[in-house]
Amino acid sequence: MRRREFLTLSATSVGGVLVYSLDRKPFRLFAQSEQSVRIPLRFLTQPEAMIVAAAASRIFPSDETGPGAQEAGVAVYVDRQLAGPWGRDRYRYTQEPFEENAPAEFGYQGKATPRQVYREGLRDLKGFDQLLPTEQDNKLRQIETTPFFSLLRRNTIEGMFCDPVHGGNIDMVGWQLIGYPGPRMSNYADVDKHFGEAFRPKPVSLRDTSDNNFRPSEDEE
Amino acid sequence: MKNLPAVDAVIVGGGWTGLLMAKELGARSGLTVAVLERGKSRESADYPGTMDELDYAIRTHMMQDLSQETVTIRHDSTQRALPMRQYGSFLPGTGVGGAGEHWNGITPRFLPDSFELLSRTIERYGAKRLPADHSIQDWGVTYDEMEAYYTRTERMLGISGKAGNIRGKKIDGGNIFEGRRSGDYPTPPTKIPYFSALFGDAAKSLGYHPYPTPAANLSEPYTNPDGISRSACFYCGFCERFGCMVGAKAQPTNTLLPLIQERKNISIRSGASVRRVLCDAVGKKSKARGVTYFDEKGEEFFQPAELVVLASWTLNNTRLLLLSSIGEPYDAGSRKGTVGRNLTHQISVAPATAFFEKPLNRFMGSGAAGVSISDFDGDVFDHSQLSFLGGGHLVATSPGYRPIANFGAVPPSVKTTWGSAWKKAALESYDRTGVLIFTGDHLAYKSNYMDLDPTYKDQFGDPLLRFTINWGDNERKIVEFVTPKAVELARAMGAKEVSSFPGLKNYDANRYQTTHIQGGTIMGNSPDRSVVNPYLQHWQVPNLFVLGASTFPQNPSAHPTLTLLALTYRTADAIVDRYLKSPSQLA
Repeated sequence: MRRREFLTLSATSVGGVLVYSLDRKPFRLFAQSEQSVRIPLRFLTQPEAMIVAAAASRIFPSDETGPGAQEAGVAVYVDRQLAGPWGRDRYRYTQEPFEENAPAEFGYQGKATPRQVYREGLRDLKGFDQLLPTEQDNKLRQIETTPFFSLLRRNTIEGMFCDPVHGGNIDMVGWQLIGYPGPRMSNYADVDKHFGEAFRPKPVSLRDTSDNNFRPSEDEE
Repeated sequence: MKNLPAVDAVIVGGGWTGLLMAKELGARSGLTVAVLERGKSRESADYPGTMDELDYAIRTHMMQDLSQETVTIRHDSTQRALPMRQYGSFLPGTGVGGAGEHWNGITPRFLPDSFELLSRTIERYGAKRLPADHSIQDWGVTYDEMEAYYTRTERMLGISGKAGNIRGKKIDGGNIFEGRRSGDYPTPPTKIPYFSALFGDAAKSLGYHPYPTPAANLSEPYTNPDGISRSACFYCGFCERFGCMVGAKAQPTNTLLPLIQERKNISIRSGASVRRVLCDAVGKKSKARGVTYFDEKGEEFFQPAELVVLASWTLNNTRLLLLSSIGEPYDAGSRKGTVGRNLTHQISVAPATAFFEKPLNRFMGSGAAGVSISDFDGDVFDHSQLSFLGGGHLVATSPGYRPIANFGAVPPSVKTTWGSAWKKAALESYDRTGVLIFTGDHLAYKSNYMDLDPTYKDQFGDPLLRFTINWGDNERKIVEFVTPKAVELARAMGAKEVSSFPGLKNYDANRYQTTHIQGGTIMGNSPDRSVVNPYLQHWQVPNLFVLGASTFPQNPSAHPTLTLLALTYRTADAIVDRYLKSPSQLA
């Protein structure tokens, strides 16, 4: 069994009320506290998680337009996805022969699983989290066309806007940013109103609507 | 292999067509019916709490498990086909209810010409206008023969819409180009969300004929002729790739399953992967004896039956006939044989993406809530001076707006795809972006077909189905024709920037288009050019029937579900009223 690895986040860096699942139990922490949070990692090592967090923050930065990958907990989301069935290609057709250089219109035809793509991509980004933001951007520009970067970009968006049950979009910070209300049961009274003006109901997550019964796919054995 | 006690009818596949046939046969004939479904069992009650974009829409929880079986795809017969390793251009369903559980619910009828495409095209424009490589055929059934079945299907599903042609009288606000209907839709149109309403107004201002998109998502509570009651749609925006948790969207599990569960003579076995249809030779014809299947534990069974019905979607219907050596496989070289021919997909592109100043509140909506125009559909406009045949319809639906799938779209003036500048533009555009969707004809060509792949295998070691498919010039020209019109419409809607579709190139197996795949076991008037007769009965094996879009000779621009259910009713009538009294060839 591997050594337990943790991602340590300061409570202030994640802002507001942090809701995350420690060993699948909801846990709340207030930003005012001085505490830091140690989140157990399921697949990534701590140095790897720090690089994912730093790179995701350049893709979706925290800036004057609002919070980004850091506040949403994208690194936690990515770690859980890699640990789960998606990370090991449980549902992908993986029989040989592979055609690594197939045209894009046939989709990804490579052999490497998301876990392998990340592991290799992160090896090449060693020390990335120690660089200055401009240096980080230059580094990302160099790898912009690689399958690793396109996976990281895609997963960053997923981690920003997934339901918080998956570890990202902490406190629905991504949904609040775009005015998305989450799994809201009924818009019957509003769907043909509010023409031309923003209608932004308070977001809800599956935790609110499904009595905590939802079992995310990354928790599958 | 374990032999099971015989049943009267075995149905392969528990989706829309399989369950409708099971319900019709079971309720009207008293036959014992076994439905074999390879996916999991499912009920409406499973859906509350499944409104999760990541697991359902992105990780495609409700679709077939590709690690066990997929298809291979190539553009022409000189290439080596590559497997669809993860989902791309279409999404086959699995489990009880099949793809009918996670559809959008758009339910137009086909235009009358669709059923007689070959003869009507020749009649109007001459055979010279047909593409050199075409394989277009008439269906062997006409719109007039289909009308009563369309009406029955619309009543079963409770379709919400507005008629545009009742017994020849054109009605403003409906689709005036549709075929004659015997009556209006069972329920009024859905509510029309803002983005769709903008499209309707713009279309009218440009002289087109907008109408509310016909929807299987109920506008009001409805009880169908079978006594099934369903509630009105809440416009939660979770239709496509999700099961409806309130039952407003017609799904096999809420419209057919409750009737089946009431009957002792119908059983559904989930986790049953059918591998072969077994036949005996009887003179020049054959007789199907039943099917073999594996259960979830890997045990193999033989299920004998007097009647065998394939209802397992286009891919598996075709593959089962090929694996079972029933009929002559289509040979692209000699162009002989029938099984696998006339593979068609459907043009589905976003000819215009419109960026607005004002927010659209696009999270509110329903799979089919929207406005369509059919002014460029089929042959409703004159093609004598044009270099292509057919067309399609433009739709502005408001199916909800899933943030993972839709975040990141930026106007063409923004050149970056990550970082602060992109984030700022994407945040601004997020709820101010709408796409017009064009759904158009994919004609049948001799060079587009299905056969068995020589390299790749499924979980049991059987060859995968192989697609040889590409667009023809006709499809490319249709898209070129429609794109500027869609851009003009987007501008008339008030868009400040519009990006347009760059044009169809090779068939893109990686871009989701539609799950409307047709052909392989097509219907027709001649056993030389079709697999089943106009009653969907196998030409050489009279006790074998094949249901679904695999029987469509080519793709008409419209969505297939309503038509394939109407054809299933027609076949059920033919079996109950004629075949069971005297089991023989119906045509």
